Amino acid sequence: MGLTVPSEHRTVAYAPEAQEGWVATRLDFLVNWARANSLWPMPFGTACCAIEFMATAASDFDLARFGMERMSFSPRQADVLICAGRVPFKLAPIIRRIWQQMPQPKWAISMGACASTGGMFDNYAVVQGIDTIIPVDVYVPGCPPRPEGLIYGIRMLQEKVKNERAADKGTRDEMEPDPTSQLYIPPSVIDELGEPFGNSVNQTRSGS
Amino acid sequence: MSRFEVVRTGESAPPGSPATQKGVPHRGGEANPSAKALQDKFGSAVKRVEVIWGETVVFVHPPLVHDVIRWLHDDQSQRYDFLSDVTAVEYRDAEVPIEVVWHLRSLPFRRFLRVKAQLPKGQPLEIASVYDIYRSADWLERECYDMFGIRFVGHPDLRRILMWEQYKEGFPLRKDFPLRGRFSRSEQLRQALAQNPEARYSMEELDIADAFAELPQDMRDRLSKGERTGE
Repeated sequence: MGLTVPSEHRTVAYAPEAQEGWVATRLDFLVNWARANSLWPMPFGTACCAIEFMATAASDFDLARFGMERMSFSPRQADVLICAGRVPFKLAPIIRRIWQQMPQPKWAISMGACASTGGMFDNYAVVQGIDTIIPVDVYVPGCPPRPEGLIYGIRMLQEKVKNERAADKGTRDEMEPDPTSQLYIPPSVIDELGEPFGNSVNQTRSGS
Repeated sequence: MSRFEVVRTGESAPPGSPATQKGVPHRGGEANPSAKALQDKFGSAVKRVEVIWGETVVFVHPPLVHDVIRWLHDDQSQRYDFLSDVTAVEYRDAEVPIEVVWHLRSLPFRRFLRVKAQLPKGQPLEIASVYDIYRSADWLERECYDMFGIRFVGHPDLRRILMWEQYKEGFPLRKDFPLRGRFSRSEQLRQALAQNPEARYSMEELDIADAFAELPQDMRDRLSKGERTGE
């Protein structure tokens, strides 16, 4: 989908080490190291995935090994939103509000089939993937995923955090869909294209 | 003498401890004595009585449902003091009426009674609310209205409870409701995100100071002594 980047960020830096000095890259390394190893999760558990998430946080699998033992039940002190379970339409504005309340930088993990795609709940009441509401960094497949799966997703997110650059503001700015872009497909067209497939899970990502 | 003494919930409870019945027939068997009492009291308003899996079902003329349940609740020989469910059933056949179901339980007599009223399709789906008899009917009737569109006349606050209040697609458990809803996914998401969840449900609703006058006496006593409410 077409996304506009603020004009000052349109330049693609293909050789970042040529533009940034040794100090900046070392500082990035330090900041990312600190961030990646102290991700405070905002648990948004709505279904059975939350049970596996609790198992992940408990002593057997011990999420504390990755600096995540501090569950932040307030979005203001959270770094990563872990959506564990299906999200009904009635919860859609609430998870968006929670996401908006989280301070930058923030990440999101969509845990399980239902949070990622709606899963088997292809019905009138369930959001078909939380990426129609909030941006998602890591999708963890499974129904529900085992704790090892969630830990693998968290390690992937840590890899992503460690590869971010502070100078690259584009990764941290919120991007709005741009209707003038040639890549932009309006939601109605997406629904129309999905029509032969009966409003199925993979054809209904038209968003808001 | 067993370790656990059976607590008799009323003077009229049958002797012995409750036990799961075995070999219950699908149809037939001994009916709940309340059904006979209802037939004696209300006559033809009780349309028929069935016993299914040992549970008695009483079909009642819809306009008289409130009177019947009021009598079952108040009469000293019945004392149905617990309303455990209000729901509805819609059948696939278009000519079969929608049934509204009340599950009543008499704790003193250890009886269970299922009251049904048949509402023909094509007419307004309205039935009297039993909120003035059982407070527990409040959310049960709201859920029944939300899912089936049955209006409970006399309910003080009849609005949707599971779906959000501005939900426009209809009543999801009706047979003519498509599984994926009536609108496209993008329209559904747009309307869902446009809802305002804080319009009615605010922290003020949970403020215990506002509800102080309605609290039970013992709780008011404890609060007035300075006990913390856990706000």
